[in-house]
Amino acid sequence: MSRVGVIGAGHGVFGRRSDATVQELAFEAFRLAIKDAGISRDDLDATVVAAVPEYHKQRSVAGVVQEYLNLNPKPTWLTEVACASGSAAIRTAWMAIKSGVHQVVAVIGCQKMTEMATAEILALMGRVGEVQWESIFGSTFPGYYAMFATSHMHEFGTTHEQMMQVAVKNHFYGSKNPNALFRKEIQLDKAMNSDAVASPFCVYDCCANADGAACLILAEESRAKALSKKVVWLDGVGCATASMSVLRRPNLVGLPSAVEAGQQAFRMAKVTAKDVKVAEVHDCFTIAEIMAYEDLGFCKKGHGGKFIEEKRSYIGGEVAVNVDGGLKAKGHPIGATGVSMAYEIVKQLRGESGERQVPNADIGLTHNVGGIGQYTFVHLFRRD
Amino acid sequence: MFSWFGKVSFVSYTKVSDFAVHLKDGRMMGSVCKDCGYTTFPPRADCPQGLSGNFEFKEYSGKGKVFTHTTISAAPTGFEDVAPYTIVVVELDEGGRLMAWAGDTVPAKELKIGIPVQVVPRIFEDSPEIKLYYTVEKPGATWKKAPAPHLG
Ligand SMILES: [Zn+2]
Repeated sequence: MSRVGVIGAGHGVFGRRSDATVQELAFEAFRLAIKDAGISRDDLDATVVAAVPEYHKQRSVAGVVQEYLNLNPKPTWLTEVACASGSAAIRTAWMAIKSGVHQVVAVIGCQKMTEMATAEILALMGRVGEVQWESIFGSTFPGYYAMFATSHMHEFGTTHEQMMQVAVKNHFYGSKNPNALFRKEIQLDKAMNSDAVASPFCVYDCCANADGAACLILAEESRAKALSKKVVWLDGVGCATASMSVLRRPNLVGLPSAVEAGQQAFRMAKVTAKDVKVAEVHDCFTIAEIMAYEDLGFCKKGHGGKFIEEKRSYIGGEVAVNVDGGLKAKGHPIGATGVSMAYEIVKQLRGESGERQVPNADIGLTHNVGGIGQYTFVHLFRRD
Repeated sequence: MFSWFGKVSFVSYTKVSDFAVHLKDGRMMGSVCKDCGYTTFPPRADCPQGLSGNFEFKEYSGKGKVFTHTTISAAPTGFEDVAPYTIVVVELDEGGRLMAWAGDTVPAKELKIGIPVQVVPRIFEDSPEIKLYYTVEKPGATWKKAPAPHLG
């Protein structure tokens, strides 16, 4: 069966973008991706848009994006699985191409999060969990991951300081990424003493809401080769789910959906965790990156704290993780994040990442989690 | 009735609405599938195993062990006045889990995964409306129960 390749990638600046609407953000990333691919709009068969609707005043975002990009009457549709929406869009584009329905598909992840008032954000934050049995106790998104952290610390002796070293690493790389929201390094002791959010987390354990967009152009193998000389192949896709409620999880030391999605992707791409040189993992909170090392098999379950402490996820370590700053420093415009991860991997595999370039990057991975692992998508990219 | 459950309620109607009526009277109810015996907490009307909709409530003792916990300082809408508050997930002896607040007898500092606890039904005394919740207390904690009502 023919492969699916990425022939173009574009990324806007993440941050508080009070200068632009969501469709204007989408346009920035789209223009860059089309230029990067060296194709014209006419080469596209369809667009898949990723965005989480409840943050936008504009309803049905795919429609307004498709119009603003002057892509009518080509087909478009929206994918939504919370913070994993971007990877879900990539997966549906991959499926559309594999099935033979479309040959060239644009994937656009776009999100405006700062157009909401703080009160609206706080109300939304109170409904991220299962609302019937959990949100009524004031559970929050940081609170859920904090419960994972509590369990991980108890079971494996992981320390808060090890968690915070994830933030230190990601801000270090974020300081070198012109598209990142935060472009400053942070100090461990200062970060450890930031305001409490949900124990053991303080402010620096948490990623920040942002506005932003990213775009990929995917194509069927023969079209990809005809259109591009720098194709990066999407050779493995995995997707799995886990219970909405923490009350129904087997344990709180990992994400079962991430383990399953990872295994599917590795099997399909016929590679192992050891082969991965560069990875983008879903570090919405510091513990999430530590669990990702373990769930994906970069280290054994329970060894994630040591893994970061020993700097094995820095460039020069076993696998370079989130060297674009991750969600933590780059910002997390939820609908755009999965596409942004894929953008970084594509640039790394092409050797275009400048001072953040991972040497000999030939196989890269994205790990994109919706909510607290209700959905996880793992994608494996390779350059020939 | 289900809107009685929680400081802030997001769900007014459910097939297990009588859960809240029982809780007001001091009883914590899980569910049992009458076809296959699947027992769980929180209760569910529809069996995840055999897809049966044939269930009945089963009273739980509220005894269990701490599964995990966190103390929330940055509170969402409707919880600002009680922050910081400690959320505890309890693994229940009879099967299933629940989320609750740590009560006065279990300060956050003494919370540890695995310690035995007693879940106790509560009512917000100073609220004009009925608002129900439960707290996690030391084993042996007791509370008042009303006689079992006849529920349609
Ligand atoms: Zn059953």
